This record gives sequence, structure tokens and C-alpha cells, in this order.
Amino acid sequence: MTKPVIATASLAGCFGCHMSFLDIDEKILNLIELVEFDKSPIDDIKSFTRPVDIGLIEGGCCNAENVEVLGYFRKNCRILISVGECAIMGGLPAMRNTIPLKECLEEAYIKSLTVAPEDAFIPNDEELPLLLDRVYPCHEIVKIDYFLPGCPPSADLIWEALSALIQGRPIKLDYQLIKYD
Amino acid sequence: MDYKKIISKYNLDRTRLIELLKDIQAAEGYISEKAVAEVAKAFRISIAEVEGLISFYHFLSARPLGKYVVYLNNSITSEMAGRQEVALAFEEEAGCPFGKTSSDGLITLMETSCIGMNDQEPAALINEVIFTRLNKEKVKKLASWMKQGKPVQEMVEEFGDGANSHELVKAMVKNNIRKSGPVIFDDYLAGTAIHKTLETSPEAVIDEIKKANLLGRGGAGFPTGLKWELCRKEKGPEHYVICNADEGEPGTFKDRVILTERPEMVFEGMVISGYAVGARQGILYLRHEYSYLKKYLENILKKMREQGLLGKNIAGRGFDFEVEIKMGAGAYICGEESALIESAEGKRGEPRDRPPFPVQKGYLNMPSTVNNVETLATATRIMANGSNWFRAMGTSVSAGTKVLSVSGDCDRPGIYEVEFGLTIDELLKMAGARETFAIQVGGPSGQCIGEPGFSRKICFSDLATGGSVIIFNSSRDLFSVVANFLDFFIEESCGWCLPCRAGNVLLKKKFEKIIKGTGTRQDLKEIEAWGKIIKTTSRCGLGQTSANPVLTTLTNFRKLYESKIVKEAEFISEFDLITAVAEACILTGRNFQEENEHV
Ligand SMILES: Cc1cc2nc3c(=O)[nH]c(=O)nc-3n(C[C@H](O)[C@H](O)[C@H](O)COP(=O)(O)O)c2cc1C
Ligand code: SF4
Repeated sequence: MTKPVIATASLAGCFGCHMSFLDIDEKILNLIELVEFDKSPIDDIKSFTRPVDIGLIEGGCCNAENVEVLGYFRKNCRILISVGECAIMGGLPAMRNTIPLKECLEEAYIKSLTVAPEDAFIPNDEELPLLLDRVYPCHEIVKIDYFLPGCPPSADLIWEALSALIQGRPIKLDYQLIKYD
Repeated sequence: MDYKKIISKYNLDRTRLIELLKDIQAAEGYISEKAVAEVAKAFRISIAEVEGLISFYHFLSARPLGKYVVYLNNSITSEMAGRQEVALAFEEEAGCPFGKTSSDGLITLMETSCIGMNDQEPAALINEVIFTRLNKEKVKKLASWMKQGKPVQEMVEEFGDGANSHELVKAMVKNNIRKSGPVIFDDYLAGTAIHKTLETSPEAVIDEIKKANLLGRGGAGFPTGLKWELCRKEKGPEHYVICNADEGEPGTFKDRVILTERPEMVFEGMVISGYAVGARQGILYLRHEYSYLKKYLENILKKMREQGLLGKNIAGRGFDFEVEIKMGAGAYICGEESALIESAEGKRGEPRDRPPFPVQKGYLNMPSTVNNVETLATATRIMANGSNWFRAMGTSVSAGTKVLSVSGDCDRPGIYEVEFGLTIDELLKMAGARETFAIQVGGPSGQCIGEPGFSRKICFSDLATGGSVIIFNSSRDLFSVVANFLDFFIEESCGWCLPCRAGNVLLKKKFEKIIKGTGTRQDLKEIEAWGKIIKTTSRCGLGQTSANPVLTTLTNFRKLYESKIVKEAEFISEFDLITAVAEACILTGRNFQEENEHV
């Protein structure tokens, strides 16, 4: 039997969910036995090399590039999972959603105390991904199959979810794994 | 402005803080930062605490308001009666949109949730005066008077029926009592129940109420006798009796009519329950929208004192009991009993964790009973006529009568006192409703039912209702009804629990997606799942029922929803990249489409 293939991406997130993923510690050795990794910051594979079984998405979408990457993942992954608060709800970056984009950018690039007068303009280089009007959770843009809550979801939660999915058994999350206060 | 003078009137009594803020607002038109600072300093509380009060209550304002503030009701029956035209007329006259004040500072336009006038919409409060059955012409006339500076009270040209035209009320409000019944609206000789009550022991009173099988009329249907008994058993230096006259559920207005026509029965009910639970003090918590009844009710209390039915040594039997009227300041959640108590204590009306229940730790942490206006009036009649007489009416589980507030599409909207067990069909006939498509029983927090459910009965074991019944005929769009109700809960959530604060917003968005025709089967499933989460994880009755408008219509009018969704689609996104980057393009002077031509 071929091993299931996993891909991961961090969109508008802080890489905390990826860190948490790595927190499965020595179990990562077991994981490597069970799965193979494709496109992911973990192995630094930049683009998809084959059809992927499970895509893990950290972070929501705050700019056009996030949307593009999310679209690629949807196209190339059989199962797509939103991992963590930012992917599921927009999270911390979505705090800007109540403030008009113009005000946000002006505050950062024009009015900020550390901006020298001659540098006071909103960055407009074509290399920069354009910001979206607000930060979107992933499921508003593409179909998401599963959601793993947490900020970040604990390593044990990610581990349990992945192994249940790979083994095709119902997921069993202890209360402690989904209790956040 | 001399705030000190106003502040000094309140003896630093924290429970009267909301009243104090209202007083400041009445004097200055709003509550300024300076006023907030002085109040906070005097009461030795933080500025944030005072600001928290102002932002919580709809009728308190931290920004200057016009000389005339129009609060136009936005409930569904108002919409159905032509609210939009009225709103446009107000905007035209004031020259500003809702939420704003006219440039000359004369008129402020505000929206407000149901003001208890559902049978005479569109209705508005202007300052504290009620105007009903508004239309374009009337708005023009009102506006011209405002421009002449006429006092609001003088704009009321015609008074309503019954005590609405009493010199202390002078309101254009109508009672519209279409069917009076033996319990509430039959004639009542003041004092009868109090005399009978004080002849027996408190235990015997509780027993009689228990035997009558009186269930609370405010919506939840808790046995009144048991509530009183539990409260009586609790130890505490004081016990309190609270009458819940917050009547905020859209579509109910029966407590207003009971307070207008049978206030003595309500107050006697408070005396009776005070005697039963061992309280010496009662509080009538009256919603701000009913401010026009305050003087009238105070006068009734005065008369009762003169007749020896209130105050010291009531009926010469050595029982002392007083009633104080406390005013709300605009918040539906303050109808929830623990939120009401918080509000009566002068705080934000946020529900408490329960237990402890109010009967254990209520007002000022003393054992307290909270009862609906109608419950207390009913208790009075039970003490006057006896539990056997009472139980002979209604059904075995639901004894007695219920006062219904009927509004919407029918010839005779108004008040109906009916025996429990009445079917919806019978009620529709009574009210003169034709081509009824749906009926909302129990207000937005209740259920929306269609034709197959019209043989169901109004009673606690079938269709329970606090009194609100809204009728929709086949010309109405059920989806706009649901949308209106969902907006109501979003507006009125106190914000404490995430599922209620954010969940209702998400639920509404999902619902809108369905209406727009971009919904899928999965979206319907999610609505059901999310509704269940909001219901089961919210702290109080508001969140526990806020999903009902969409959940009950989804159950009872499934076909309507099915006809809106795209059946073959697995997933439809409403996201549009070009629209989403449009603003960033303007801000950076870039052109997304050109940049991506090659892709
Ligand atoms: C959001 C919310 C609003 C309520 N509003 C009212 C109200 O306006 N009037 C009322 O009597 N009960 C209202 N209730 C019910 C009260 O919490 C309480 O059950 C009732 O006043 C008890 O009186 P009863 O036993 O005589 O019915 C409300 C409950 C909730 C959850
Ligand atoms: S359910 Fe809603 S209204 Fe009730 S306490 Fe929670 S947030 Fe407040």
C-alpha cells in the first residue's frame, strides 16, 4: 500500500500551528512511517509534485496570494483541513476586520511615529500581494472538509486527528484536547 | 451644568445609578464625558463602569442628541404596516439618515426594537411620548411642529380608550381589548383579594396558589406557588418581590394593557406574594418604553396607600409592604429575571449564572421572586375567587386563562383573554385572519408554524406562549420575517457568551446566503448544526432561543428553503477576488487585473 501524502501551508497565520504540529516530538518518526510529505514548509517542497491526500491549512486569507495558494491546495488535495483559529475564523489577523483598510495602512505606513516623512507612503510594489478588504476564514473561499480547533491546536489533537483519518476510524478527542480556558 | 446637584439627589445609592444617568440626560440631552467623570468620582467607581452602563442601554446616550429624539420601531409588524414609508418621511423631514441628528441639532432619528404597540404600528417614541399608526402625512405634521418647537406631549391630538385618556396618562395608545375574560379583565373590586389573603397564613396563600396550578405567564411557565414557597424557605434579612413589566418580546403588549386597565390587580398581586414569601418591599420593573404610565401607576399606589391596601399595617392586619417603580433604559435582555435584577441594582443588565437562582440570591443578593405582570394579576383573582373556580377553566395542565397579544394580518388585532386549550384555528377566526400562511407563537423566541399546525392548542403542554401571536398571510415573505427576528437577537444579545454574540451573526450570514440563492444542502445542514450549538452553549434564554426563527421555519417550511438552494452544488463560495482587492488597488494605485493578465 502506498503511504498517504500530506501537504501543509501557512497563510495568514503565525506558523504557531506548524510549530504545534512539530510538537508531536518523537511521534514524528511514527508519522514518517505512516505518511509522506509533499509541498510544505516542513520539507521546503515549493510546489505540488503529485496528488495529495490530506492538505493542512494554517491561517486565513488576508491577501490575494493566500487565496491563490488556498485554491491550489483545494485543487491538489483530496481532503482539506482548516487547522487552528486563524484558518477557521480569521483569528488574530481578523482583528483588522472592523477597521477600514485605508485606516490600517495609513496607521502603519504614514502616521506611525517611526516613519520618516520621505518614506511616508503605502507600499505599492507589484511584488507585494494585494491585501483583501478583510481577512477571510478559509471555508468562505473553498470547501473545507474538516476543522481542527485551537490556537494552536495541541500536538496531541493534530496527531489524533491525522491518525484517525489515515486509519479510517472515528476521531476521539478527549475533553482536555478541546477545552481552551 | 451642575452635575453635583443632580448627583446629590441620589444619596450615592448605587441601585439608582441608571435613574441618575437618565436624569442627567434629561437635563443636558446626553451624558457628557465630564458628567461620566463626576458620577464615577462621586460613586467611587471606574469611569469604564459608568460608560459601560451608557453603552449597554439603548436609551442612554454618550453623544449629544437632538431636542426631539424619534425612536422608530423596527419590528416586523411595523414593517408590515408601512414602516419604510414612515422612515423615509422622517429622513426627508430631518434631512439626515437614521442613527444621525439633523444639522440644526433639532431632530435625532433612531431605530428601536419593539415598543409594545404591535397592534397599532408603525409606532414611535418621540422623547418619551408614544405615537402610533404613523404615516407620511402624520410625520410631516409632527416634523413641522418640531420645527416650531412645540412640546412633544402637545402633539398628541387624540387620546386612546379606557385609562389611556386618564389625565396622568394622556396617550394616544389604544387598548384594543377584543375579548375580555373572567380572570384579568372582568370587574374587580379593589381590596377583595388582599383582605382574603391577610385573613389566612402565608403558607395557606402558597397552598391556594399551588392548588390553582398557576404557571408563570412570562413565558417559562414555572409554577408560581412553588417559586413563592422556595423563596419563603430561604433565610435572609430581607426578601423581595419583583414584578417583571419589561415586556420586550416582539409582539407582546398585553402587560401594557393589564397595567393600564387593571393596575390594582397587579399591585395587589405583589402585596399577596410579599405576604406569602415574607417580603416587605416590592419592585415594579417597568420598561422605559412605558414611561408614559409611570405617573399614573404611582398615583394608583398612592390611592392604595390611602385605602390601606399598601404601606404600613395593610388592611389593619399588621402587614407592611411597599412598592417602588424602577424604570428600565432599553434592553430586551432585562426581561430575563437575573438580568432584570442586575439592572434594578443599577448595573448593566447581564444575566447571572444560575444557580444560585433569584429565589436564593436575588435583588441585593436577598431571596427574591420575579413574576410577570399577568401572573401577579392572576394570583389576585385566584385569592379573590378561589382555586377551584380558577381550575375549572383551561386544561388540566394549564389552568385558567391567558391574555394574548394578537397582531399582524387580521381584521381585529389586539388583546384576547382566552381559556387555555384554544386552538390556533379558533384564534385565527376570532381575530378575523384570512389566508393565513404562518403564525408566530411566543414571539421571535417561540415557534413559527404553518397550516398543518393550526389545530394545535395554546397551552403549556403544546404551544406555550408568553402572549405574543403574530399572523402572516400568504402575501408575506417569510424570509424577511425570519431576517427581522434574527436582527433583533443580534441587536439585543448582551454579548457575554460567544455563541450568542458571534454565533447569531454567523447564522444570519448563512441564512442570507440561502436567500440570495447561493446556498447549498451543506449550508442548510450547517444552519441546523450552528443553531444547535447556539442553543446548547448559551448562558441564558436569549441565546437558547435566538436560533428559533430559522430553526422552526426550517422544520415547518422546509420546502421554502429547499426551493432556494442549489441542489446539485456541493459548495458555493460568495467570495470574489476582484471585489476583495478593489480597495487595496485604489490605495496603492495598482491594477490587479492587468497585473494578472498573463496568469
Ligand atoms: C431574553 C428573555 C426575556 C424575557 N423577557 C420577559 C419579559 O419581558 N417579561 C416577563 O415577564 N418575563 C420575561 N422573561 C422570563 C423571565 O426570565 C422570568 O421567567 C419571568 O419573569 C418569571 O415570571 P413568571 O413565572 O410569572 O412567568 C424573559 C426571559 C428571557 C430569557
Ligand atoms: S445567551 Fe446571549 S443574552 Fe444571554 S447571557 Fe449569553 S450573550 Fe448574553
